[in-house]
Amino acid sequence: MRRVAVVGTGHTDFVFNSPKTEVEMLAEASMDAINQSNLKPKDIQALYCGNCLGDFSEGQGMVQSYVANDIGCFNIPASRFEGACASATMAIRDAYMWVASGFYDIVLTGGTEKATAMGTPLATRTFAMFGDSRYENPAGFTFPAFFAMEAHLYSKKYNMPLERLKEQMALVSVQSHQYGMNNPHAQFHKEITVDKVLNGFMVTSPLQLLDCCPFSDGAAAVVLASEDVAKRLIDKPVYIAGVGQASSGKMSSQYKYLPRLRAREWGVKQAYEMAGLGPKDIDVCELHDCFSIASIIAAEGLGFAELGKGGELWEKGETKIGGKIPVNISGGLKSKGHPIGATGASQVHEIARQLRGELVDEGRQVEGAKVGLVDTLGGDGVIVDLILKTD
Amino acid sequence: MEYKLTFRTYSDALKKNKLLGLKCNDCGTFTCPPKMTCQECAGTDLEIAELSGKGEIVTFTQTFVSPLGRECEVPYTIMLVELEEGPWIMGNLIDLAPDKINMELIGKKVKLGHKLFPGDTYSDGEAARPQFSFVV
Repeated sequence: MRRVAVVGTGHTDFVFNSPKTEVEMLAEASMDAINQSNLKPKDIQALYCGNCLGDFSEGQGMVQSYVANDIGCFNIPASRFEGACASATMAIRDAYMWVASGFYDIVLTGGTEKATAMGTPLATRTFAMFGDSRYENPAGFTFPAFFAMEAHLYSKKYNMPLERLKEQMALVSVQSHQYGMNNPHAQFHKEITVDKVLNGFMVTSPLQLLDCCPFSDGAAAVVLASEDVAKRLIDKPVYIAGVGQASSGKMSSQYKYLPRLRAREWGVKQAYEMAGLGPKDIDVCELHDCFSIASIIAAEGLGFAELGKGGELWEKGETKIGGKIPVNISGGLKSKGHPIGATGASQVHEIARQLRGELVDEGRQVEGAKVGLVDTLGGDGVIVDLILKTD
Repeated sequence: MEYKLTFRTYSDALKKNKLLGLKCNDCGTFTCPPKMTCQECAGTDLEIAELSGKGEIVTFTQTFVSPLGRECEVPYTIMLVELEEGPWIMGNLIDLAPDKINMELIGKKVKLGHKLFPGDTYSDGEAARPQFSFVV
């Protein structure tokens, strides 16, 4: 297996009600990534594209081929990945393996989504498709409901009063909004307070409006190249040091482990072992904060805190710049936005920029960051983890 | 290899308030809802078993924002119930005053009934769904 580098990335604004199509958004992000890599479209050998719900939001399937054609990558093999909110991270992991194996030298990967075009009722319905359609959805299952049940289970299992857990969850959202203020691509540039979170509209108990990430439109793209090609193209390649992916069944089938999400534990273990690194080596992390409680559970699953103690990281400020493990300095899904098919590529874009030291001007640089972790959760069935590293 | 117990058979039984699952002849584990293989050991020597339908609430949420087409049902309560035989299943709780939906629910004993989901544009027809009431 060869070393593989991120040579360029691109990222559209994440917004509500984008005037652009999914193809247009990913084409724009892709051209930025290709230009940043000092390449031309003709140099791209294949496209690996995350897209989840284009069939429902635009009546458009097969976006991958149209994106390839639109940007002048004529006739290259283009594949679409559907793993709910982890679609792009799955695409990037596969793209990585094709380059690592030596089959390709330069590939384009990324994702695009236009969820807000569906409106909240249809978007809520389609997101629920990432639960079990026959045995669980008939109960009126939604994704907020999955994490709401996780929150109550967490409170009971770790003997943490719900009031304290809710305050920890609120702190997660407050921090994300604070850093989102400094991310020009973020959907929200608005500071919030713990009080505001705790007085928000109840979506599904105990999750209130500001515990939940928004529906979003946007795209992000990443060009990967083999180490020797990367060194010819750019000065500061960021290498993919480890990758991991795991799956799990419907929520009830995970009964022996909940509120732990074992797919994450398996996925990140693969990535850590491949990179020869552990949680203590991670300088900066973008994790899947689709709901505030999800961040706390993720921090534990990734090895940053003991079970039942994830929220203390936010209470003590350990997740901020300067803390033990800076988390979601992009604003996270909560403030930056969550166009589900694009989210993993957005996270890789952010970590690559952190490791290249490019975020000083935006006031979000984790000084001296050399190793970063990307964690993306799709439905309750796919979790992908990637470790990025500079030499 | 055919399924020992398909969704259609499970749903038809649930319409009569009967909860079907699978018992593994290798390790003794009950799998419910049913799958192709044993939830614990992936064994395929399974037999259909009627479960008691009794258990206790392990977690819950009261939902105010529904998927498309379910707006008239809000607020409703979704729960996971640990069955006497071991597995957890997802279902609803009978209507209850909103102020009674709190952490006190966890550990409460419940028994199974059902409600019919007629299906929507994106479903392959109807589905019976577990609906639990309290054991008094």
